[in-house]
Amino acid sequence: MTALLELDGLTKSFGGVRAVDGLSFTLAEGEILGLIGPNGAGKSTLFNLINGVFAPDAGRVMFRGIDITGEAPYRVARSGLARTHQIVQPLADMTVLENCTVGACFGRESLALGAARDAALEAAVLVGLDDRLAVPASQLTIAGKKRLELARALAARPALLLLDEVLAGLNPAEVDYMIGVIRRIRERGITILMIEHLMQAIMSLSDRIVVLNSGQKLAEGLPAEVANNPAVIEAYLGDPSLAAELHGGS
Amino acid sequence: MPQGPAARGDPRAGVLRRPTFWLIGLATAAFALAPLVGDDVQLRESLLLASVYITLASNLNLMLGYAGYINFGSIVFFGLGGYICVWLMNAHGWPLAAAALAGGVCVSGLALLFGLGILRLRGAFFALSTIGVNEAIKAFVQNFDPWGGSSGLYLSTTLFQPLGGPMRALWIIYFLLVATMGVSLYLSFFVKSSKFGLGLLAIGQNEDAAAVLGVPTPRYKALAYSASAFLPAVAGGLYFFKSAFIQPADAFDLSLSTEAIVIVMLGGQGTIIGPALGAYLYEELRGWLLVSETFSNFQLVIAGALLLVIVLFAPGGLMGWLYGRWPRLRRVLE
Repeated sequence: MTALLELDGLTKSFGGVRAVDGLSFTLAEGEILGLIGPNGAGKSTLFNLINGVFAPDAGRVMFRGIDITGEAPYRVARSGLARTHQIVQPLADMTVLENCTVGACFGRESLALGAARDAALEAAVLVGLDDRLAVPASQLTIAGKKRLELARALAARPALLLLDEVLAGLNPAEVDYMIGVIRRIRERGITILMIEHLMQAIMSLSDRIVVLNSGQKLAEGLPAEVANNPAVIEAYLGDPSLAAELHGGS
Repeated sequence: MPQGPAARGDPRAGVLRRPTFWLIGLATAAFALAPLVGDDVQLRESLLLASVYITLASNLNLMLGYAGYINFGSIVFFGLGGYICVWLMNAHGWPLAAAALAGGVCVSGLALLFGLGILRLRGAFFALSTIGVNEAIKAFVQNFDPWGGSSGLYLSTTLFQPLGGPMRALWIIYFLLVATMGVSLYLSFFVKSSKFGLGLLAIGQNEDAAAVLGVPTPRYKALAYSASAFLPAVAGGLYFFKSAFIQPADAFDLSLSTEAIVIVMLGGQGTIIGPALGAYLYEELRGWLLVSETFSNFQLVIAGALLLVIVLFAPGGLMGWLYGRWPRLRRVLE
């Protein structure tokens, strides 16, 4: 397997806090890598370092063999890396279709407007928003906005998709639906790096798991290995119910 | 936005089927022809001002309505375009059309340079910097002797001769200004139907999200700023040629910038027709206020109050209000 994404010694501090601290791992093509860790472990910061929202203080991000460290987010997006936001960022007054068209127009293939609408439509169908194409994004429910985040990212036809808690705040039925969507995305050959707190979901979706704690890599391995790692259980403050959930999910 | 997927193919193919496209042409033709019927000079003067306002507002809308950046100093384009045109004609004997276009090109180029700098700022800071640009250029011109410093430039009346004398020249200037207005509206129309326009709208909604989606935000903003400078500069050249006089106080009058913002908000920011509608209404209102005994020179007070009311109660302006009442109108009047 060739590495699609390589992180090498990524470090980022805010004030005196090392949000991400010398982090390295690689992501193979076609893989789903789950990123877990307690709140404040540096997961979302890591996404912001990968897609250029923040420039790292040290370290390197290699994407498809090219150094993209500190590149502007729009350049990173253009190179085929799309992401969703934990706190949804809809283009509120624009319709669902227009939101997705933006993704397609300025994504990896940089499509012309006509072709972009087709790609947008396809992405909207994939996440099940095709019945709300003409609805302004602001009028969607939270679950709808989460789907829109995903559809917009997909419309860009990325090689790598960063998913930041797309399941958070959804009810069980919606979670099941989204898990199905993520599986379908993977079947299209898109590599996924996902942050998720919902243990059962991430354990069943991921090929491998990386555990972050205080900005550092605490553990890495197959879901079953990670779930049984004592350090990981301890990092979650020894919460017995969560530890049980980890085992249940493996 | 068309409803069925079938109507949603290549948007370019549908240009001729969009009523707004024809409406712009019709309005421009009506402006050109209305004063010709009956040789009505008073109507011509009133429509001339309206077309200047529409040009200023429609181009301001590219930044304000599409990209969501408030440009308080947009009048600098108009004034500087006026100066370049008048000076090229006076000192270098350029013909009107060439001088006005040269003004547009120069101002647009300058705006691109300024834009790459000041568009790193956002919100109130950007708005303040645009006032700064206007004031800086004004101060420069006030001290620039080739342009007459603070006393300004007078055009030699002989410059009207190549256009067939002053009477005919006034008509020619009028038609050129109406054409500039028409081109401004079509610019708005085609930008909005383009990928560039989609990117600008995304920036206007949420700039950070737009960048993450791949919109090259610095380049697009600077291009929009530059594009929004071109036609106001051309209009400035034509307008000040007509006045045969230009001085810094008139050319860089911030109150005109503010009026342009009121006009865009009144008509409906982000729409194509809105700024034109707003400009026409505002010009009518202003004309009425100027002739009324009680309200002379009162238009800025009214403008301020109007802006307050719009921002508070109808942020979508007239078009927003119309869309709210008749949602289907969105497809007819863009």
